[in-house]
Amino acid sequence: MTTPSHPLPNAENLLRALAQKLAPLLQDNTALVGIHSGGVWLMQRLQELLKDTIAAKGIEIGSLDVSFYRDDYAKRGLKPENRPSQIPFDVDNKHIILIDDVFYTGRTTRAALNELFDYGRPASVTLVALINRGGRELPIAPQIVAAELPLESHQNLQLIQNNDGTLSLELINHTPKTYA
Amino acid sequence: MHNPQLDKDGRLKHLLSIEGLPKKILNQILDTAESFVGVAEREVKKVPLLRGKTVCNLFFENSTRTRTTFEIAAKRLSADVISLNVGTSSQSKGETILDTVDNLIAMHADMFVVRHSQSGAAHFIAKHVPDHIHVINAGDGRHSHPTQGLLDVFTIRKYKPELHNLKVAIVGDVLHSRVARSEIHALTTLGVPEVRVIAPKTLLPAHVEKLGVQVFLDMKSGLKDVDVVMMLRLQNERMNGALLPSAQEYFKTYGLTQDKLNLAKPDAIVLHPGPMNRGVEIDSSVADGAQSVILPQVTYGIAIRMAVMAILAGGTGHASHGQTNQDTAS
Repeated sequence: MTTPSHPLPNAENLLRALAQKLAPLLQDNTALVGIHSGGVWLMQRLQELLKDTIAAKGIEIGSLDVSFYRDDYAKRGLKPENRPSQIPFDVDNKHIILIDDVFYTGRTTRAALNELFDYGRPASVTLVALINRGGRELPIAPQIVAAELPLESHQNLQLIQNNDGTLSLELINHTPKTYA
Repeated sequence: MHNPQLDKDGRLKHLLSIEGLPKKILNQILDTAESFVGVAEREVKKVPLLRGKTVCNLFFENSTRTRTTFEIAAKRLSADVISLNVGTSSQSKGETILDTVDNLIAMHADMFVVRHSQSGAAHFIAKHVPDHIHVINAGDGRHSHPTQGLLDVFTIRKYKPELHNLKVAIVGDVLHSRVARSEIHALTTLGVPEVRVIAPKTLLPAHVEKLGVQVFLDMKSGLKDVDVVMMLRLQNERMNGALLPSAQEYFKTYGLTQDKLNLAKPDAIVLHPGPMNRGVEIDSSVADGAQSVILPQVTYGIAIRMAVMAILAGGTGHASHGQTNQDTAS
């Protein structure tokens, strides 16, 4: 089923490019918030790469599982595997950098924004993604991405966390399928 | 055998009793509750999952705590909640249970939370309602009180995550207790290796050991080295019959005092489903003591009820539950 139709970029290279773009955004009063699962893996790697700045600026770290805010709950139900969101800092007046792995429809971002605002009123939110695969369905787009990689709707690009903690990308071609 | 609690894909459709639920579903409820515990600690304690849904609390029998926690749980999921104290309304005018239910369905209720003094009442309603409506048993007769059993194991798991290493003692009126039955099923399903019941013979059901528990008639041997002590409420009305001599006598033999608790492991925790009879089944110094987790039980009870409602109410569409990657795409 896995048949990459064109060569995929190397996730580790993209990660380093993303860290470089992200560095200038790390100011005082900034927090990194990863979206489960891929966004959290990505954030953990960015934390390593940017650890000096993060320590110097006192950057806060959090994570969101948006299961309780997804717009497909009524149709599909709750995902069996969901984890507690962890925002161990005061969101009010923080500059939040929201981190997701692959930006697609924008619906996950919408859910994450709604959840975030239930914690408080951030000063700003910036969306960062490793890859923008195109196909957004909402007026939401990432401000910072490491790569643009337009894909067809039956294709699914996934970030994989390998056993050694490194990241890689996988492209899956689905048989086009419609949901009732 | 057909399990009325599960749909044809094995998903939870009603929560009627813990008996017969696979371990996977119990764990799904407990894990989801874990996520809801955090929600209660936020500035905004609500999530939008049940927005637009109507939850009906149908209490044919009184209960303040259970009704309140179900109501808070539903409201924190953004549902609209109607709490009917049916004993004081139409039922007293002669309406049947199913007529009451049908009327509420005509008002577009989506979920029923049912408490009744008759065992099987929630099953009865679940069999009657149309497909898209969910029923939660909030206690039926002596039979079952599944959310209590779940919140108890959730509380235990919070303090003692290694369930497969635990010795748990359930103490008191096992005979009349739907809570005890639900606790026993939850603990054994989740792999707790040693579940004990401690009670006078008059308060033990016949063949209770068939539920997979060890029976002890005295506290001294029963509490020895346990990790968890789950007290049961002694209902006052039992005191007058032939089952027990007096409250004082019961307290002396089976009431949990610090002295008796010292027989358990030094870090043992104490649970009680409430409402407590201080000085009857539990001494005040234990109830308020360092080993008591009775108030955390109440807090976790809300998270468990939110988890059950959230799992039941979602996915009424026809998509399969097996998520493709496409479903979770960003």
